[in-house]
Amino acid sequence: MSSSTPKPLQILNIVSILMFIISLGLVFFYAPREAVMGEAQRIFYYHVPSAWLSFVAFGVTLIAGIAYLRTSDHRWDRLGIASVEVGIVFAVMALLSGMLWARPIWNTWWTWDPRLTTYTILLLIYFAYLMLRQGIEDPDKRARFGSVYGIVGFISVPITYFSIYLWRTIHPAVFGRNESETKMSMEPQMLQTFIFCNIFFMVVFVTLLWHRFRLESNTARVEELRMKASNA
Amino acid sequence: MKSYLQAILAIAHKDLAAEIRSRELVSAMLVFSLLVVLIFNFALDLDKSARENVAAGVLWVTFTFAGTLGLNRTFAAEKDRGSLDGLLLAPVDRTAIYFGKLISTLVFMLLVEAVVLPVFTVLYGISLFNILLFGVILLGTFGYGGVGTLLACMAAQTRTRDVMLPILLFPVTVPVMLGAVRASTGILANAEWGEILTWINILVVYDVIFVAVAVMVFDYLIEE
Repeated sequence: MSSSTPKPLQILNIVSILMFIISLGLVFFYAPREAVMGEAQRIFYYHVPSAWLSFVAFGVTLIAGIAYLRTSDHRWDRLGIASVEVGIVFAVMALLSGMLWARPIWNTWWTWDPRLTTYTILLLIYFAYLMLRQGIEDPDKRARFGSVYGIVGFISVPITYFSIYLWRTIHPAVFGRNESETKMSMEPQMLQTFIFCNIFFMVVFVTLLWHRFRLESNTARVEELRMKASNA
Repeated sequence: MKSYLQAILAIAHKDLAAEIRSRELVSAMLVFSLLVVLIFNFALDLDKSARENVAAGVLWVTFTFAGTLGLNRTFAAEKDRGSLDGLLLAPVDRTAIYFGKLISTLVFMLLVEAVVLPVFTVLYGISLFNILLFGVILLGTFGYGGVGTLLACMAAQTRTRDVMLPILLFPVTVPVMLGAVRASTGILANAEWGEILTWINILVVYDVIFVAVAVMVFDYLIEE
């Protein structure tokens, strides 16, 4: 295990920064002003990707959890915890950007819309995941419990995702079946910006996940060395 | 198969016998749930129409709080007495422990609910004696107990155990609670059958998923 940053990760760092700058240009200068919502609509280019990537992150935790329970390989558990933390960051970004958008559009920071409520509860599940891990000292048990909770927690994702169809909600849906009134029509420039931002967020997600995974691996290694030193 | 069922029943029987002798848990759950019902009434300052609107919600919050009280003890008591190791030594499939604990938890919760329902009917002036509502209560309690038993086993083995359980349990059971509250509200308001059925479907689906997942992962929680 080398301590220097691997080459591909260094490249990802630079690509992320470049894409961030380009995305700012696209969002603020290239994409046209939306007719109904005005400037506030521009938040959407960051809001949507961070929201769906938070689902992806928790999905990675689910898969890592299953893989850990099957193989008992701690690398899977490190991937699981790394993905939860990155997922929480993305989810918080989605929530905050949503609130900033809701203030001018819905005229309130917060509303008890099912989509908002279920999403926030989802976020709390993963806070609970972190607290659970903090409460267990034995690394094997911590990994097993974390994996199990990562699996059980993800079960409530579908209800969050489909909440938009189960209730009459005021949250706009970009894709899929929904009343046409809340569906926004996208200009080609808007669509291009949107697609770019999605790719940008995917790159950032992979970059952050990789960094966090490496941090977790290094922490485990330090722990191991400390154990060895105290035994010697 | 027969011995598996016997193992489940033996564990449930052990818990129930212990409870019949001590009467600690169910009485505590009962007093606690009556308190919740009363506190809700003056905390929300309910008049007649408000009471009808919130009845289902208050009912389910009461059941879940009382349930947490019971769930906290199911594995913590075994751990304190050191009897969990004994259970683990028994030559039966580990999931038998899960089902045994699930049955005893369900019996405790249903007992409490059986007392709370008539009291609630009297205090809130809303008749809850509806066979459909009983069905929803059964389904909701089953789903809550199903995932609760799994997470109680987990929480009992952490440093801050009693504090940990509600934090782990409440957000995860939201789908079940949602289905249960919406279906109950619909039934009490005489809503259209189609609308009620949607929520009952969600409830059934989540009950099945939660218990199936719990059975699959339970082994990993008690391996020493």
